[in-house]
Amino acid sequence: MNLSLGQFQDAFIEALYQRPVSALASLSGQAAFAVYRNTVMSGCVEALRANFPSIETLVGPGWLHEVASAYVQQTPPKDPRLIHYGAAFPDFLQTLQASHDLPYLADVARLDGYWCEVFSADEDPWLTLDDLTGMTATDLARGHLRPRRSVRWQWFDPHPAYSLWRVSREGLPWSPEQPWVAEGALLSGDSHGVNHQPLDIGACAFLDACAAGHSLQVASQLAQQCQPDLDFSDLLGRLLQTKVFRPLTFA
Amino acid sequence: MNRINPISAGLGLKAEHYQQALACDTQDLWYEVHPENYMVGGPRLAWLERMAERHALSLHGVALSLAADVEPDALHLRRLRTLIERVSPALVSEHLAWSTWRGQYHPDLLPFPRSFEALQRISDNILRTQDALGRSIALENPSHYLHLEGHDWDEIDFLTELVRRTDCTLLLDVNNVYVSAHNLGFDAMSYLDRFPAKAISEVHLAGYSEDNQASLLIDSHDAAIAEPVWMLYRHLIDRIGPRPTLIERDGNLPAFAELLAERAIAQATLANAGALP
Repeated sequence: MNLSLGQFQDAFIEALYQRPVSALASLSGQAAFAVYRNTVMSGCVEALRANFPSIETLVGPGWLHEVASAYVQQTPPKDPRLIHYGAAFPDFLQTLQASHDLPYLADVARLDGYWCEVFSADEDPWLTLDDLTGMTATDLARGHLRPRRSVRWQWFDPHPAYSLWRVSREGLPWSPEQPWVAEGALLSGDSHGVNHQPLDIGACAFLDACAAGHSLQVASQLAQQCQPDLDFSDLLGRLLQTKVFRPLTFA
Repeated sequence: MNRINPISAGLGLKAEHYQQALACDTQDLWYEVHPENYMVGGPRLAWLERMAERHALSLHGVALSLAADVEPDALHLRRLRTLIERVSPALVSEHLAWSTWRGQYHPDLLPFPRSFEALQRISDNILRTQDALGRSIALENPSHYLHLEGHDWDEIDFLTELVRRTDCTLLLDVNNVYVSAHNLGFDAMSYLDRFPAKAISEVHLAGYSEDNQASLLIDSHDAAIAEPVWMLYRHLIDRIGPRPTLIERDGNLPAFAELLAERAIAQATLANAGALP
C-alpha cells in the first residue's frame, strides 16, 4: 500500500459503503472489515430509530431497518450530534409511498423530526402575560411576536397527523372514534422537556405570520381570515402559557 | 466538582440511569459522557449541568477525528469549548482515530496507517485542539480488527511521540488492548508493560463480545468486564499506581446497582495500589 493519509481515507470510505475501490482490496477483503461496515451502518440506523420512534411503531422494525439502511447509503450523517440526523428522512419516506401505502407516514416523521429539533434547541428568553401588563391595545397591535427557536408547528392536511403521531409515539391504541380530519400541531421545548398540543388552522396561520415578521395586528388578521371562528384571545393566552414567543419587539 | 481523585473509579453516564446517578452519594464517584450528546441546548444540557454540580465529570469525545488528514472542525471545537466552560470537566479525552471525512460523519473509530505523515498530521491536530480548548487532552489507544499495511511506527512508540510533541496525556483502554491483542496476535501483557506510565491520566475498562465466524473480539461495551481484562488491569495498576478508572457500558445496560458493583471492584484495586508504600 502506497497511499497518502488522505488517499487512504478516501479509499476506506468507498470500501465502507461498498462502492467499487481497488486501492484497499487487501484490506476490505479481510473478514474484519465488516466490523467497521456494521458499526457505521448500525450507528446510523440506530440514530434514525431513536429519532423517529413513531415510524417504527407504524411500519415495524423490519421495514424501518431496511428503509433506514437505504437512507444511510444515500445520506450519511454530516453532524456528529446524531440527534440532528435524518432531516431529510421524512421526504425520503414520501418518495417511498408506493411501498408503504401510508399517506400520512412522512408527516408523522416530520413531527418526530420536530420533536428532536425542539428537544435540542438553544433556549431563548420568553414572553409572559405579565410582560404585557400596562400595554395599550395600540402598542400591542404594532408589536412583533417572534417564535422561540425551540418551537415548531405545522398544519397537516388531509389526515390527523398529530393524533397519529401522538398515539404512535406514546404506544397508545388508535380510537375508532377519532375523526379522520386534518390537524395541526405545536411542539415547544424548554430545559424541562418537550410539550405538544393540537393546533387549529388559524393558529398555524398566526404563527406562520409571526415567523414571517408581520406585526401582531397583521398576523391576527391573517389568522382570522384563515379561520373566522378563531377565539384569538384564548389562542394568545395558550401560546403565552406554552412559552412560544420571544420578548415582544417593535422593529 | 471539577477534580477527580486518582484513587477513584467512575461510570459511563447513561440517560436511563440519570436520576439514580444524580442522587448517588458513593464517595468520589464521577461520570463520563460523550460531549457530542450534550453539544445542544434543551433538557440534555440542563441535565448535565445539574450532574456537574454534584459529581466530577469527564468528557470523552468520539468525533474530533484527530487522525483525519484535515484540521479538526472549528465549529465542533467551539461547541466543545462552550460545553467545557459550562460543566468544567476534570478530564477531556479523544481517540487515536478518525470518523469525519469530507463533511460526512461515520459513527465509528476508524483505523489508519501509523505513518510519518499521520504522526505529523495528528500531532498538529492535537496542538490545534488543545489551543482551541485552552487545555490538555488525553488520547485513547484504539481497538484493532484489521491487519493494516503501511505502518512506519509501532503503536506505543507512536503514542509516546505524540505525547512528546504535544504534551497531551494518554487514556489507556485495557479492554482495547485485550481485544486488539487477540485480533492481531500480540501479547497484551507486554503491550501494557511498555505503555508509558507517566503519561497515563485515565484508564478505561469495558466488556467485549465475540464474533465467532470471524474469530474476532469486538469492543462492544455491551457486557460485563471479562476476567482476563480485570487481570490485565490489576497488573497495570500494580505497575503504574492508581489512575482514575472508568467502567464503560453502552449496550445491554444492566441496573445501575450492577454497574456500581463493577465499579467497586476497580475501586478496591485502586485503593490497594494507593495504600502501597
